[in-house]
Amino acid sequence: MNMLAPDSGQTGTALPRFPKPASKAVVIAASHSLRMRVASAFDDIGQMLRLWSLVWTLSLFDIKLRYRGSLLGPFWLTLSTGVMIGAMGFVYAQLFRQDVAGYLPFLATSLVLWGFISTITAEGSTCLSGAANAIHSQRTPHTLHAARVMLRNLFVLAHNLPVIAVVFLIYPPHFGWSLLSVLPALALWTLDAFAVTLLLGLIGARFRDVPPIVGSIMQIAFYVTPIMWSPDMLMHRNVGFALALIDFNPFYGMLQILRGPLLGHALDTAAWANALCYSAVLIVLSLLFFVRARARVPYWV
Amino acid sequence: MAKLQIENVSVSFPLYHGESRSLKKTVFAAASGRMGQDSKHRITVEALRDVSFALGTGDRLGFIGSNGAGKTTLLRTMAGIYEPVNGKITIEGRVTALLDPGQGMNFELTGNENIRLRALFSGYSEAQIKKLQEDVAQFADLGEFLSLPVRTYSSGMVVRLGFALATAIHPQILLMDEWILAGDAAFLGKARERLETMVGSAEILVLSSHNPAILMQWCNRLIWMEGGRIRMDGAPEEILAAYLPPDQFQQAKAAAEQVAAA
Repeated sequence: MNMLAPDSGQTGTALPRFPKPASKAVVIAASHSLRMRVASAFDDIGQMLRLWSLVWTLSLFDIKLRYRGSLLGPFWLTLSTGVMIGAMGFVYAQLFRQDVAGYLPFLATSLVLWGFISTITAEGSTCLSGAANAIHSQRTPHTLHAARVMLRNLFVLAHNLPVIAVVFLIYPPHFGWSLLSVLPALALWTLDAFAVTLLLGLIGARFRDVPPIVGSIMQIAFYVTPIMWSPDMLMHRNVGFALALIDFNPFYGMLQILRGPLLGHALDTAAWANALCYSAVLIVLSLLFFVRARARVPYWV
Repeated sequence: MAKLQIENVSVSFPLYHGESRSLKKTVFAAASGRMGQDSKHRITVEALRDVSFALGTGDRLGFIGSNGAGKTTLLRTMAGIYEPVNGKITIEGRVTALLDPGQGMNFELTGNENIRLRALFSGYSEAQIKKLQEDVAQFADLGEFLSLPVRTYSSGMVVRLGFALATAIHPQILLMDEWILAGDAAFLGKARERLETMVGSAEILVLSSHNPAILMQWCNRLIWMEGGRIRMDGAPEEILAAYLPPDQFQQAKAAAEQVAAA
């Protein structure tokens, strides 16, 4: 019997003919030179972008899975955020002696945006170690896992927007031209979300203590960053020194460039300067780590 | 034309944290005294040491060797998953690796959803995804199960899905670990037919197994791995004769001839 003979027409065993991609030789070599490492890192990002439809589908499936079998599905996200903001808005407006009409829109935008930041740091620090199965079963670009976490959380953010919209309908802010700056701010948020996910994912893959450390840092950040409270509320108290520190809080700048225009504030150049500086540092740091650690990821996870 | 070239490849695992699953495997692999130290004095396990060989169109290579000889690591390295510490791998052609039955599948998702993800990874269009789903459904014989989450499948069904998926996307180079033998007898026959079609249309097959009869039937070249190095490289009969005790070799030969004659 000739084992190399072509299939004799038996059903169910023939291979379907799909167009083969133009095969190009892939060379994987132990890279000791910086130039090679940088090239492979950018090649990884390029491959991830070519697989964008996969990233998109993976993120959608993630959300679908989380709510599979539930009646409201992903709209539980919307509902639970809405209930929380509704309840907290009235309680904290009383506690801080604020006018509900002014406080509720502030709280709604702050909490929704902070929710995005804190989830992205938590899920980011496990984005590679959690994908160990996929990483060990096939050669995939590692940035794909970071992009997936980023996109998934953008979807979650989109589900929370109706809550902000409803609050704005009840207590409309006075939008100005500054509202246009929401677009570049969102672009910067997306870029930063990817960078922070990749950076924390790499560190978290190597050092398993990172996720809980990140968690506790974010908890402290929640209280020292103006999220539930705004600096204006504390102006009349004698805490000038503590407030000066806010200008150096990386989360404050990021929040302010997106929250300010949504609440009808004028363009805050100081916040933009803060956000751009920290973003530049974050992106450069993230790329440096990736160039250094990319080849080691499968050994770490 | 498919080509796979391995030049002076070495792979070593640093021992960072003891809880890593793959690390545990490598610690077991260290039984053969392959602990070393890297330049920063971290303890490492040398999984592969200076391995070189080249494969071309039509080659059907089998790996044999004791547990922890480096077979699976070598397959993973050939798939481009582990990048070597030293040396170079050149791959021409689309590679598919069947390394564990899970196949990086998400067990919470349905069979069809997993097929879609795999197809998107290979850059397929919507029409091609449909076609792939039909083909996998037919070959794996899973029927309505494809619309259920994979976690509800029996382990044999998972293997069938993984195998159908990996071969349906027309790999030019197929790397397989021994778990494929988990399929039932009827499936094994079907799988062999499909692989033969694939190898017949001039592609490369690399198989790691402990079953000499399977290796004799499927391979035209064997590499005997020992302690992360190539111990012997040659024709299946020649290698198996050296590797196996004489009585087991005769048994395996008889079993292989029996299947070939059937």
